[in-house]
Amino acid sequence: MKVRAQVSMVLNLDKCIGCHTCSVTCKNVWTNREGMEYVWFNNVETKPGVGYPKDWENQDRWKGGWHRKKNGKLEPRIGGRFRVLAKIFANPDLPEIDDYYEPFTFTYEHLQTAPESPTMPTARPVSLISGEIMEKINWGPNWEEILGGEFSKRSQDYNFRDIEKEIYGQFEQTFMFYLPRLCEHCLNPTCVASCPSGSIYKREEDGIVLVDQEKCRGWRMCVSGCPYKKIYYNWQSGKAEKCTFCYPRIEAGQPTVCSETCVGRIRYLGVILYDADRIEEAASTPDEKDLYEAQLDIFLDPHDPEVIREAREQGIPEAWLEAAQNSPVYKMAIEWKVAFPLHPEYRTLPMVWYVPPLSPIQGAAEEGHIGFDGEIPDARNLRIPMQYLANLLTAGDEEPVLSAIRRMFAMRIFMRDKHVHGRLNNHIAGEVDLLPEQIEEMYKVMALAAYEDRYVIPTSHREEAEDTYGLQGGCGFSFGNGCSEGDSSEVRLFGKPNSIRGALKKASMS
Amino acid sequence: MSHFLDKLTYFRRPRTEFSDGHGVTTHENRDWEEAYRKRWQHDKVVRSTHGVNCTGSCSWKIYVKGGLVTWETQQTDYPRTRPDLPNHEPRGCSRGASYSWYLYSAARVKYPLVRKRLIRHWQEARETMEPVAAWASIAGDPEKMREIRKVRGRGGFVRADWETVNEIIAAANIHTAKTHGPDRIAGFSPIPAMSMVSYAAGTRYLSLMGGTCLSFYDWYCDLPPSSPQTWGEQTDVPESADWYNSTFLVIWGSNVPQTRTPDAHFYTEVRYRGTKSAVISPDYSEASKFADLWLSPKQGTDAALAMAMGHVILREFHLDREVSYFREYCRKYSDMPFLVRLNEQGGRLVPDRFLRASDLADQGGEPNNAEWKPLAFDGKTGKLVVPRGSIGFRWGEKGKWNLEERTSAEEDTELTLSLADSRDEVKPVAFPYFGGGENPHFEGNPLNGNPGADVLERNLPVRRIDTPDGPVWVASVFDLLCGNYGLDRGLGGESVATSYDDNVPYTPAWQEQITGVPRQSVIALAREFARNAEETHGKSMVILGAGLNHWYHTDMIYRGIINLLVMCGCVGQSGGGWSHYVGQEKLRPQTGWLPLAFALDWGRPPRQMNSTSYWYAHTDQWRYEKLAVDEVLSPLAERSKFSGSLIDFNVRAERMGWLPSSPQLEENPLELTRKAKEAGKAPADYVAGRLKDGTLRMSCEDPDDPRNHPRNLFVWRSNLLGASGKGHEYFLKHLVGADHGVQGKELGAEGELKPEEVAWHDAAPEGKLDLLVTIDFRMSTSCMYSDIVLPTATWYEKNDLNTSDMHPFIHPLSAAVDPVWQTRTDWNIFKGLARKVSELSPGHLGEEEDLVLTPLMHDSPGELAQALDVKDWKKGEIEAVPGKTMPAMTTVTRDYPNLYHRFTSLGPLMEQLGNGGKGMAWKTEEEVEFLKQLNGTVRDPETGEERARIDSDIDACEVILSLAPETNGHVAVKAWESLSGATGRDHGHLALPREDDKIRYRDVQAQPRKIISSPIWSGLESEKVSYNACYTNVHEQIPWRTLTGRQQLYQDHPWMRAFGEALAVYRPPIDTRTLKGSHGVRENGNKEVVLNFITPHQKWGIHSTYTDNLLMLTLSRGGPIVWISEVDAAKADIEDNDWIELFNANGALTARAVVSQRVKEGMCLMYHAQEKIVNVPGSEITGLRGGIHNSVTRIVTKPTHMIGGYAQLSYGFNYYGTIGSNRDEFIVCRKMKTVDWMEAEGLPGRTTATPAAE
Repeated sequence: MKVRAQVSMVLNLDKCIGCHTCSVTCKNVWTNREGMEYVWFNNVETKPGVGYPKDWENQDRWKGGWHRKKNGKLEPRIGGRFRVLAKIFANPDLPEIDDYYEPFTFTYEHLQTAPESPTMPTARPVSLISGEIMEKINWGPNWEEILGGEFSKRSQDYNFRDIEKEIYGQFEQTFMFYLPRLCEHCLNPTCVASCPSGSIYKREEDGIVLVDQEKCRGWRMCVSGCPYKKIYYNWQSGKAEKCTFCYPRIEAGQPTVCSETCVGRIRYLGVILYDADRIEEAASTPDEKDLYEAQLDIFLDPHDPEVIREAREQGIPEAWLEAAQNSPVYKMAIEWKVAFPLHPEYRTLPMVWYVPPLSPIQGAAEEGHIGFDGEIPDARNLRIPMQYLANLLTAGDEEPVLSAIRRMFAMRIFMRDKHVHGRLNNHIAGEVDLLPEQIEEMYKVMALAAYEDRYVIPTSHREEAEDTYGLQGGCGFSFGNGCSEGDSSEVRLFGKPNSIRGALKKASMS
Repeated sequence: MSHFLDKLTYFRRPRTEFSDGHGVTTHENRDWEEAYRKRWQHDKVVRSTHGVNCTGSCSWKIYVKGGLVTWETQQTDYPRTRPDLPNHEPRGCSRGASYSWYLYSAARVKYPLVRKRLIRHWQEARETMEPVAAWASIAGDPEKMREIRKVRGRGGFVRADWETVNEIIAAANIHTAKTHGPDRIAGFSPIPAMSMVSYAAGTRYLSLMGGTCLSFYDWYCDLPPSSPQTWGEQTDVPESADWYNSTFLVIWGSNVPQTRTPDAHFYTEVRYRGTKSAVISPDYSEASKFADLWLSPKQGTDAALAMAMGHVILREFHLDREVSYFREYCRKYSDMPFLVRLNEQGGRLVPDRFLRASDLADQGGEPNNAEWKPLAFDGKTGKLVVPRGSIGFRWGEKGKWNLEERTSAEEDTELTLSLADSRDEVKPVAFPYFGGGENPHFEGNPLNGNPGADVLERNLPVRRIDTPDGPVWVASVFDLLCGNYGLDRGLGGESVATSYDDNVPYTPAWQEQITGVPRQSVIALAREFARNAEETHGKSMVILGAGLNHWYHTDMIYRGIINLLVMCGCVGQSGGGWSHYVGQEKLRPQTGWLPLAFALDWGRPPRQMNSTSYWYAHTDQWRYEKLAVDEVLSPLAERSKFSGSLIDFNVRAERMGWLPSSPQLEENPLELTRKAKEAGKAPADYVAGRLKDGTLRMSCEDPDDPRNHPRNLFVWRSNLLGASGKGHEYFLKHLVGADHGVQGKELGAEGELKPEEVAWHDAAPEGKLDLLVTIDFRMSTSCMYSDIVLPTATWYEKNDLNTSDMHPFIHPLSAAVDPVWQTRTDWNIFKGLARKVSELSPGHLGEEEDLVLTPLMHDSPGELAQALDVKDWKKGEIEAVPGKTMPAMTTVTRDYPNLYHRFTSLGPLMEQLGNGGKGMAWKTEEEVEFLKQLNGTVRDPETGEERARIDSDIDACEVILSLAPETNGHVAVKAWESLSGATGRDHGHLALPREDDKIRYRDVQAQPRKIISSPIWSGLESEKVSYNACYTNVHEQIPWRTLTGRQQLYQDHPWMRAFGEALAVYRPPIDTRTLKGSHGVRENGNKEVVLNFITPHQKWGIHSTYTDNLLMLTLSRGGPIVWISEVDAAKADIEDNDWIELFNANGALTARAVVSQRVKEGMCLMYHAQEKIVNVPGSEITGLRGGIHNSVTRIVTKPTHMIGGYAQLSYGFNYYGTIGSNRDEFIVCRKMKTVDWMEAEGLPGRTTATPAAE
């Protein structure tokens, strides 16, 4: 057993209001700069839809994730190391800018500087790639917002496979939900495996996957290898960048920016312990539909004395063990099984999990009641087709999603009985194999969701690895890289100031 | 160390592999990680928020790094709620999160801007003249003014300096006050709660000048008139945390996740507490995602749905089974037991006014205000009684204005709801019916299949009362309600329903034909809603919003829903009630703020004006009115009494003192006081006399006469022309005088009926304003049309206060950095103008007597004007008495040379007259003394007295905080004591625990603070209950401020009855007739489709602000878009992202199409306030730049909103008055053939016109 700890995330899609605050705060803090204009480490998609970049879920097209070979071994879909090396100069599986969108700004200055004109001046869109006026903006990072675009286009969505989808094109059968996305910080990341430079690594202490900006050579194989398309090419610096899980904040015990600013309060951060020796075993499970359970199986019970002993022995800090025991992620993903990985069939063992959304219950009103009436409704009557959710979260296996939705309804019924009718409905808890105390705890974490219950993040233990006494005093006075002695590179990490904005400014001021 | 060595060994990393290479431990240097750590590091974090037009009131951390604001994230340190409630963190949304973009972007206005044509004339005049004379020479020259007006909106700005612009503006204001009257200077700024000092800066300046402050809440159509009608309250709602106490939530015409983003979690989370939820919305909105049941009625028909729900609830919970909780609640807290007179009219009985004590012999034993004391039967004794708490008890006597179940004469009572058991007879009573189907776009449900039938007759139990004037028939409001809802009570008669399947108004089957919603859904919803309320004693709640409120007949939709809440005892109960969230605000420390904002410390009353009527008149939208009054009259009305057009009703309301006027009189009020003096008369008597003999007219009678034009307009904290200006093209044409896209013809050209009370000029003025000044930090559409643009500080560059009704905290805006470039805070901008006015006034204006006209105000004794009838002095029906039958008139002293001193110090009236609000008054010397110590003092240059200083924005904050009960516990105790005097009940216990709390500006900078309970509001700030509106009415027995003192479901004013709205009914949207001349006649070769034009709240902006924000534009397709259904798109061959044009008689707009399954067939959605400043091509219809969302709208006013001087139906600023509804509008939509960017040669972005398909 090799005990590793990771700070992982759960997003409760049932609470997501689609406000995009996470995307905006993330962009402001991390990618609001040249070369990264089109980049959203965190974005929110409306489902059903083809997403950002377009059709990212379709690995027949992009060749992301892992392929399980006949011999049971895994290899990146884009090919093994030698194939990758053979095509580093001509990667055929790379999204183009139009698959993301052509980033733009507007000629804002014109409104103030325009001379007297025949009609009111307007600020026109300008490409941040070419600096040219754009006649028409044809795509964006959130084009399909609230079912934007014809159903015929949106229903190209990969998750409609095996579903008779035409009926959902009717107004009366409309359904939608939001899917906020970020790097999955996988246990078995294809990006790491695809990098010819060896510049991507998963941090041992907290599981965060990073692209070493010193080492990256800009081959972009990681962009292809990542099935979530969450590694981006900074065209200005010529390097790949990705969500850093806000490690500067995580190290200080603070939630990621997207989490703390999530006004729907859908995000949870907590420590998961897992057995790193069994990653390959889990990721190469033969049947896709078993991948979800296989991943659960390598997660370790932080209350198990054996696990605790092993973890201590392998140097996991005590505070991290305690955090693992209080982890809201552990509770939702493992104890209550209401959260699921995103597309486990990619075999990357993703570590950002999702609680499936409830939706209006069809046909209940015709039977004279609203929603649930003391009994768990048939979740197959929910507006969002169960198969669609299963295709998204469990490689098509409906049972685990159904069970989670039944548990959420059981919580609602249990609490309604308590608050409206003043009775304890232990029976309903039993129906979903939970104890009443567990339902109370689910309610506390999922509904009351206090800050300290959403985010249980131990601080880093740099003292174990570095000269922290020296760092403490030296912090702020060194040149180059701030608190460290390290980097003295003359190249700015994120590239030089770029000419396009300067040129734009000149053009529009004239 | 560098990675030089690593780089040489790309493929031979020092590492340990495990899990067959799927796990790796490396021992490489990770120092590069400092890079992202440095990106995150910052120098300081400052607490601020976003200060305009948003009720979010979220506290934010503003990050400063190297002296620059870099980004913002939400604060998470709100005081915590109770353990059984979620906390408030992290309030905020994507809009707020993107705000820092404005600070340094190219959209920022950095310097004062003036249009070149104006500055050229100014400089030329100033060579020979002093400033005021220089302005007079420009404003007095029609040719120069025409030239200046014509180029408004067409670019050509130059940079100016503050000295110059202040001089121009001050000179213009002085000239205007001197020549035309100070009320010809007006200012528009909305929602003070969001940045109360910035608002107050402008209104304090205007009020000291004698200028007009324009309302906003009614103009935005966010004011729900049903609220003042029912509760005598502008709007009071539960805080969002109270949603969490509800166990049944209906989200109706509101899109909580999108428009109440920071609050939405209380809604999504309470579902886990077992709360059920229905969402009623025509489109599949974000809110629909959270529903257990989603109903999709045809837009605008919600009243039919509500009426059918009421039918079910009355049937099952009041008649078939009498739920004791509901009945007791209705008896005590509604007007249902009160008696209404029934008049014989053409052989049938028609409901009339409430029976009053004055109808009885000996005034019913009530010497004080007998005409204002309605009656009911006591169930115990069977006697007719005068219940306490009606409005007659509020004024002129003390101690009996409460809801105790006793009579005026101290007898205990239990009022009778229904006369069914004690009836004298059963008689048919007539009710108006509007559902037959007049509007071509909305299907009706004709009565008995007869489209012309418009009267319902229903048998009711009635009693005969003997009065000195003879016997009268009466019915209880409860029985009238049951009759109106069409319930069969075994009393026989026609058109009552024995089954829900009967197609009789207002059954579930009946509504099906109108709304399209299956009857089973309506029945199930009504039943569960009521059953939940029964079980929980009122914890059923309706969250309702603009989807309902922006219709012409909003009152009917809202009152239909309010009826449900009252029937089920939900209002005033924690977790229950009416939750209207549309641009509502809550200026919590209101009574501390009012003196600062309207300079009540120096002169009272201020000039305030209802904007809808103001813009309707001054943008000449009335000249295009297509809605005839008899289209909206009740079939039971006496039509001859209601002749004329809509503006005539407004004029009548103004002269009877119901609504305010601006400008007020056709002569300068500064001159009129001089003339009065010469005539040896008091100014009020002099003016009343001249109005009566006709030698003086009110300005409203001739808005197109240059003597009555508004002359100077300030726009700040808002974007009148790009966001709220309904009838945008009419604004441009008549008020601004710029190029416009008006397509329709005026009444004159069409030969249609013209107004009776208003003078008609064949040629309408094109351009009324001499000077338009906009203050903003970004280049809004309003800025584009202004003569002068003043650059203001952003919300991260100034100090101010912020509150909301959505949470109980007060918190600040604070300066993270000083105002950048040459921007200034609003406080400093107006302070600078005040200084300039003081400097330039001598020789033009000195100490002046101004005569101010004010309407009969709500919450003052003036609200008891004409009790039983409507009589117009102008027609000689009654004596002209200022303050009773016409506006009140008060002389106010202005001191123009001393304006700066007055602006920057707290005037003497606070000590002399005290402070108060909503009918309460208290002394406030101690607080003034406290402020002198806190802020320091300044010496009055005239009297030498020391006054509390109000120099900085923080000084102004302290004035508000010290004077308000909500932030000063000592004042709260005084306020409750004042109320105790009226009610005769001790309310002091509600504030005593916090008596010594004094919240100061730096306290709220440290952490948001919870405010103190005050009688200004109807709920409590307590550790035990969340804030819930009307909580103290129900739990402290404080009357509602209505005629009956109860929640009033029956509106007995003569105009209410005449317009058919005595009771809630279903009324279809009005026909605005704007397609004539548009549909099928302006062809471009592409197919046309006619759609209902709906303008919901932005997802990507708070009204206009943020709509030009690059981040928001990136997430929303980069420019104006209109949502249409897949079905309609197919009809008109429109594909997603095609350029389309929308047009009608009002104008045209260009945008791109979002083709979406979200949208219902027959309507389109255009998020409002999408301006033409970004990515808008030329219009094929107008030949000008494509318009904004309001280019295709025009306001239509409603006479019932003009009622005044009648208890709760009395004027208050932003409280009652006409509203700018806009959802009844239809447009023609089609794909554009040619996209022309209309750029002059040589400009960036010049391209030739291209076919739209490319």
